[in-house]
Amino acid sequence: MTKQQKQLLLRILISAVLFVVAACLPLSGIFRALAFVLPYVIVGFPVLKKAFFSLLRGRVNDENFLMAVASVGAFVLGEYPEGVAVVLFYAVGELFESYAVGKSRNSVAELMSLCPDAATVFRDGEWVSCDPEEIRVGDLLRILPGEKVPVYGRITQGTSSLDLRSLTGESVPADVSSGDAVLSGSINLSSVLTVQAEKAFEESTAAKILSMVEDAAAHRSKSESFVASFSRWYTPLVLLSALTVALVPPLFVGNWGDWIYRALEFLVVSCPCALVISVPLTYFGGIGGASRKGILVKGSDRLEALAKVDTMVFDKTGTLTHGVFDVTHVDGAEPKKLLEIAAHCEEFSTHPIARSLREGYGKPLVEERLSEFQETPGFGISARLDGRLYFVGNEAWMQKQGHTPPKTTRAGTHVFVADESQPLGIITISDRIKENAASSVSSLRRRGIRSLFMLTGDGNAAAESVCQQVGLDGFWANLLPGDKVETLKKVASTSKGGVSFVGDGINDAPVLMSADVGIAMGGIGSDAAIEAADVVLMQDDLSALPKAVFLARKTHAIVLENIVFSIGIKVLIMVLCALGVATMWHAVFADVGVSVIAILNAMRTLSRK
Amino acid sequence: MKKSYRIQNLCCANCARKIEDKIKKIDGVIDAKVLFMVQKLSLEVEDGALESVLAEAKRIAKSIEPDCEILS
Repeated sequence: MTKQQKQLLLRILISAVLFVVAACLPLSGIFRALAFVLPYVIVGFPVLKKAFFSLLRGRVNDENFLMAVASVGAFVLGEYPEGVAVVLFYAVGELFESYAVGKSRNSVAELMSLCPDAATVFRDGEWVSCDPEEIRVGDLLRILPGEKVPVYGRITQGTSSLDLRSLTGESVPADVSSGDAVLSGSINLSSVLTVQAEKAFEESTAAKILSMVEDAAAHRSKSESFVASFSRWYTPLVLLSALTVALVPPLFVGNWGDWIYRALEFLVVSCPCALVISVPLTYFGGIGGASRKGILVKGSDRLEALAKVDTMVFDKTGTLTHGVFDVTHVDGAEPKKLLEIAAHCEEFSTHPIARSLREGYGKPLVEERLSEFQETPGFGISARLDGRLYFVGNEAWMQKQGHTPPKTTRAGTHVFVADESQPLGIITISDRIKENAASSVSSLRRRGIRSLFMLTGDGNAAAESVCQQVGLDGFWANLLPGDKVETLKKVASTSKGGVSFVGDGINDAPVLMSADVGIAMGGIGSDAAIEAADVVLMQDDLSALPKAVFLARKTHAIVLENIVFSIGIKVLIMVLCALGVATMWHAVFADVGVSVIAILNAMRTLSRK
Repeated sequence: MKKSYRIQNLCCANCARKIEDKIKKIDGVIDAKVLFMVQKLSLEVEDGALESVLAEAKRIAKSIEPDCEILS
């Protein structure tokens, strides 16, 4: 608790005790009034002071002023306990609000405490402590176990493991050793590391994340704008209704005191505080809670848009697949022999497929075994391995040799192997689908994403295979980079809630930008992706997607609940007060109660689940 | 130009909203946001107007919330 909060609490307690004493004393008349004035002034002084200043400036629609009118009015009407209760419970609500706001601020600040306060740098022959902002590229840094890495750099000495949790949400520590890159914001766990700085502090991941989360508050959602304009009208409207209730009915039915009391009850609920605080608080908590899971959202508006998304479009290579080409299938009588032949024949080729073949074979190649090597561009290779002639290449290359190429239904790029007399088999090279792609897609469906599509520059067969294995609704293949934006627009025109594009951010920045919500995966290290995307998944992990959607929807639901609940209760109380059913006690409890419940509800976004 | 300032003792969200509304109306202000949760004022003003805008903003903040202070 801060000093101000403690003072407020003290005031509330003293006032509450005096209030109970005053209520128990067998006093009457002026003495009873005086007994209640003491607790009233103790807790109500700040309200009275602000009300006085507002009055001086002629601002009669100020909540403090209205609160003061309500409580003083209650005193004048002889309802002393009610008068005290108005300011006492108003103060309780205020204390609770400031405590809750402070708590969630701290909780987000704590998780954002990615930057160390000091760094140890090697300068002029000795290790000195300095501010992380003073680190220059090329400096040698020493990072002790338990310390945070201040800037991006490379390990020159030492072996340790790093905790990346506050950065990516990944809970398994990463083992690192000399030559490995280290990210700012990660925590050194086991032993001393010497690191050479490769980036300045402002360019480091930690500094970027920090400024992003702070900036996020400036991008307001529609709900926040609604609440702001609502509260602009709310107080004057309540004031007007109060005046109407106080002046109009008694003209016809008389009984002025009773109607004025009812009007004063209106003023008790005149502060739109619960609403105005709970909505930004919810978004703040939502964005903070998301970044704790390695999901960076660039604004409340983006979180709101994500909550409404009903269509998701994925990039294929690097997003649904690993983006690394591997030998996935070898079909033939002797698979090992087939790979051995292909790898040797492709020994001198620089084609990526040749590299995949060599890696797939995995054993050292013996150059002397090869002779009469000949490459026919666009077709393949002929060469002798251990004296026997082989042909390695595409389908057309087989036909050229007079062979009928065997049929295959496997998706990917096919490499055919044959000798002089017959085809020997097929090696299939393809991109591997990420292990959790299918499960992430199905949990996205469970979270309410109705349509999921894929865009790729690759051919139909490869696209269809990935599409089926992952469980998507459809795909667009053979797209040039420029076509992707057009295709996304086409998809967007069929979606009601909005379209989200998920890519690795490397060369799909324009697509990321044209989507309602652009999501970049594996954001760490790729500045272009962080710039272009609305949401950045720090880890290259598809399972963060359903989590992000879930968080966005949960946040949005809480915001709606709070808006409907706060406005609903206030309107209900005003109706009941006007009818004379509710007393000022009800109004006071309803007002503070709504604040407390709305704030507690908002704070659910900070929960660790 | 854009600039942002820390705000101290801004303790009521509705006041933050009111301060923002008023600052937006100052001459020379293109856009202004009072961010209650991060206790910041972010200002976008026309070139050369910053000093006068800031002085006026400080006065407005004080008049709505007497304890509150824009740090610069």
